Amino acid sequence: MIKRAIVLLFLLALGSLFAQLLGEYSPDVTLNETARYYAERTAEELGAANVVTAIVVTYRGLDTLGEVTVLFLASTIVGLVLAAGRGHAGRPGVRVPAGELLTTGSRFLMPLVMLLGVYVFVNGHLTPGGGFQGGAIVASGALLALLANPAKHFSHAVISVVESIAGVAYVLVGVLGMVWAGGFLDNRFLPLGEFGALASAGAIPVIYTLIGLKVGAELSSMLANLSETEEL
Amino acid sequence: MSQWMSVLTVVMCVAMLVAGCVAVWARQITVGILAAGLVSLVASVVFLVMASPDVAMTEAAIGSGLTTFLFFFVLGRVRGGEHDGESHD
Repeated sequence: MIKRAIVLLFLLALGSLFAQLLGEYSPDVTLNETARYYAERTAEELGAANVVTAIVVTYRGLDTLGEVTVLFLASTIVGLVLAAGRGHAGRPGVRVPAGELLTTGSRFLMPLVMLLGVYVFVNGHLTPGGGFQGGAIVASGALLALLANPAKHFSHAVISVVESIAGVAYVLVGVLGMVWAGGFLDNRFLPLGEFGALASAGAIPVIYTLIGLKVGAELSSMLANLSETEEL
Repeated sequence: MSQWMSVLTVVMCVAMLVAGCVAVWARQITVGILAAGLVSLVASVVFLVMASPDVAMTEAAIGSGLTTFLFFFVLGRVRGGEHDGESHD
């Protein structure tokens, strides 16, 4: 009883807090100082057509490195936890074979999905999207392959090699920016190129390709781990 | 934003609220998982309408795609122990 009262009290406090926020909310008419700097200076400073990408990869690049690290830790812990449970349940369970529709459809769709993922992270500095989105799309392609053929085993060695090399190369590119340009993860040590071209915006496409590979490998390995230990 | 877009946004937000309630109160877990995926799917369309395609892509790929399947994988894995935590306080 007293537990319920505490929960109710807590919810009321939270509700009044949100109501206060909503009451005081008034939309900004102009960009604030930081946003204006990003909106006006990105194109000439970094040569990236997508302002969001320029902020994520260069201006706030250290935060992105942190995000990638968090994702890496999460996928490692999932692998660790599932590996501990695999000791006594190591036998492959009886698998329900995928239907004809799914098998045929995935044979057609999987390459397209993978290609879209690669397109999204290679063009991160020009069009919406980038490393995280492209990586997630690549992982969806891997998921499709897993669903169509549950008995198939992903090569964990290949996945972890791709992931490790991408991670190390990401940090190395960041250090190169510190040596040859303004600071850690500065993209200007490579030529900025022509605005709007695929090979432009300095190191941003390189960094986003590495992030895309890393995120795709991490999410795929998480899904493969889960699917392999699943008992049906 | 034109008036039609505003109406569309409000309709989608209501749909999100309804799907969220279904996700919480659904009797079958699978229905709940699908409703939670639907919330993300509609949210990604709302993000797109409100001119943030980068966030919309993340939401569509991770929120409605991978997370839904992650839930199903985990559900398939814990099925055997579904009644383990039945003790009431």
